[in-house]
Amino acid sequence: MSQGSSRADSGTTVLRGGRIIDGSGERTGDVAISGGLVVAVGEGLSADRVVDCGGCVISPGLIDLHTHLREPGKEEAETVESGSRAAVLGGYTAVLAMPNTTPAIDSASVVRDVQELGRTALCDIEVAGAITVGRAGEQLAPMAEMAALGVRIFTDDGTGVQDDRLMRRALEYASGLGVTLAQHCEVTSLSEGTCMNEGEWSSRLGLPGQPAEAEELMVMRDIALARLTGARMHFLHLSTAGSVAMVAAAKASGMPLTCEAAPHHFTLTEAACASYDPVFKVHPPLRTQGDVDAVRAGLRDGSIDAIATDHAPHAAHEKERPFDQAPPGMLGLEYALALALTELDMELADVLARLSWQPARIAGISERHGGPVAPGRPANLCVFDPAAVWRIDGSGGASRSSNVPYVGRTVRGRVRHTVHDGELVVLDGAAQR
Amino acid sequence: MRNLLSIDELDRDGLEEMLDLTEHFVEINRRNIPRVPALRGKTVVSLFYEDSTRTRLSFETAAKRLSADTMTFSVGTSSVKKGESLRDTVETITAFGIDAIVVRHQSAGVPLQITRWTDAAVINGGDGWHQHPTQALLDAYTIRDHLGSLHGRTIAIVGDIKHSRVARSDVSAFTALGARVILVAPPTLLPSSVTGWGVEVSHGLDRVLGSLDVCYLLRMQQERMSEALIPSLREYHRGYGLTMERAARLPAGAMILHPGPMNRGVEIQAEVTDLPNCFITEQVSNGVAVRMAVLFRLLGSGTQLDVLREEP
Repeated sequence: MSQGSSRADSGTTVLRGGRIIDGSGERTGDVAISGGLVVAVGEGLSADRVVDCGGCVISPGLIDLHTHLREPGKEEAETVESGSRAAVLGGYTAVLAMPNTTPAIDSASVVRDVQELGRTALCDIEVAGAITVGRAGEQLAPMAEMAALGVRIFTDDGTGVQDDRLMRRALEYASGLGVTLAQHCEVTSLSEGTCMNEGEWSSRLGLPGQPAEAEELMVMRDIALARLTGARMHFLHLSTAGSVAMVAAAKASGMPLTCEAAPHHFTLTEAACASYDPVFKVHPPLRTQGDVDAVRAGLRDGSIDAIATDHAPHAAHEKERPFDQAPPGMLGLEYALALALTELDMELADVLARLSWQPARIAGISERHGGPVAPGRPANLCVFDPAAVWRIDGSGGASRSSNVPYVGRTVRGRVRHTVHDGELVVLDGAAQR
Repeated sequence: MRNLLSIDELDRDGLEEMLDLTEHFVEINRRNIPRVPALRGKTVVSLFYEDSTRTRLSFETAAKRLSADTMTFSVGTSSVKKGESLRDTVETITAFGIDAIVVRHQSAGVPLQITRWTDAAVINGGDGWHQHPTQALLDAYTIRDHLGSLHGRTIAIVGDIKHSRVARSDVSAFTALGARVILVAPPTLLPSSVTGWGVEVSHGLDRVLGSLDVCYLLRMQQERMSEALIPSLREYHRGYGLTMERAARLPAGAMILHPGPMNRGVEIQAEVTDLPNCFITEQVSNGVAVRMAVLFRLLGSGTQLDVLREEP
């Protein structure tokens, strides 16, 4: 987390003439930035440098609760630097780095390593710590030690904590630290050896499938354990209609729960697996149209708090293995905003709530991210053209990998500029470093 | 037709055409010298990632009888053991200058995947639980040969449907040719959904025996017990094994088929294989003819059948 503004221009920059949308509403005007902060919002502001934002929306920077940066361990697939470049090109000013690296982020020393790498990144790198040592689900990781370094979210993402008693203890322990546990809900005894959703398509394709219940059973258990312990909890990448309904009902009962959904789970269905192209392999798997519809509805009615990318880069040769052997995951950082604007049929402000200020609150970084766009606030901003139509190609953008499941898809909405800590890290759609 | 990846690529006419073509090769195989120059100069590679005796030998015999050159890439002795990727292997083989790859792999979808990395014709020799199209063709041929047509016939496919590429391929071929297909298995050995398959499902062999024209038995694998899919092979045999007693309850003339290799005493009682209505070895010999037809169709002169005439 770079708190300073060393790279910011010494003078004043004005973002000229955009629709400013944040959690407090919408207005038009200019945004003046200096010394890493927003210094003025209004009409006709003057400055040393003027950046045209005509036709664009100026919003707080987007926040990704679910990014796999692969460093340390899989630098051929992604690094903190390349991932952060993809992030800012996608309008993000902070991402939460998942701990399933090699070694796992399960100790203060690995947290420090990733934070150190993050200091030169193009956006803020928040670090998620593992719940258990080595993400092995056997022994609690030193959460207090990691929390002391600023870690606020803990997860064994890539897998869920299988043992009921251990999960209960983890929730109790975490609540004492004021941190949040986030669960990848998947009962492995039902999902082991599978590579897609179980149903009509897996039956036809002869691929081993996992039922929706593999996810839903753990969602159900964790709601019960959260009730038992009173702990805060966040549900990662919900993908089934049943999961969305259960979390929505638990939230409605007043429990302090939050949840997220990934762009691919509101855009693609299991039918994509018919190509046997492992680019469509992901955990949790692509589901049915009914599940896609439920995820969309949950995002619209607010029962799903955040859109999180689950950006999961994999080297090309890994994704050229047979479908059942290839690693799961797909890129997302540069496509999430456009997919949300294209697929969800939601008001701009509601889309931005799911992409910016709500995830910022869940991550505990609202002081620096998620707005409002107002004088004195850190200048972490996203400027995008909501009407720009473009075609997604298979290059993978700034990522070191190119496992893009949206190739050839025409989408609407494109990031024009991204401001991180007052620095124009993306200008006219191009990363500036 | 450029590849043969799935039997679904052939509609009813396409299937009938392939079975008609097979007739020519059955005739050739009866000759004193069962060899024609149809694919002289062509090279057919078998790329087998999974153990197989009959399918690999059947394809290689078929290719040789068509005068094609054959190469065998067997994974156990190759650079795959050194960690070579599927793509690198396929691109290397392709660089030799070849015309067709017959691929068998334990993972569904591999034949389709490798078409992206080679310009040779790709023939699916069995991929995971997915497809085994030449097996379906030889099964359909064997049935048509004895019953005249599959249309209106009742065929039970008995056993581990869930993990069977043979079942998936046969269902497509048999239903496309107008047969009524009944899948007979305990629920644990059926796929989670058969929506769109156009089949009926039964959980008892005894319930359907009396109505069958064909009783098609699948291989039951040992490891299914450890996956809690069946309590024991003994219990499976009691419910679904074709015993002499059950075979006697089949209507007169009903055919007994099995793709091999058999587990005698599990899905089939040993003595049943000696019954005159058991056509298991005939399936094997028809397999060569069917694979000759497929290779000829993909690599040969299409409809020009002159090359198939007996050399004077």
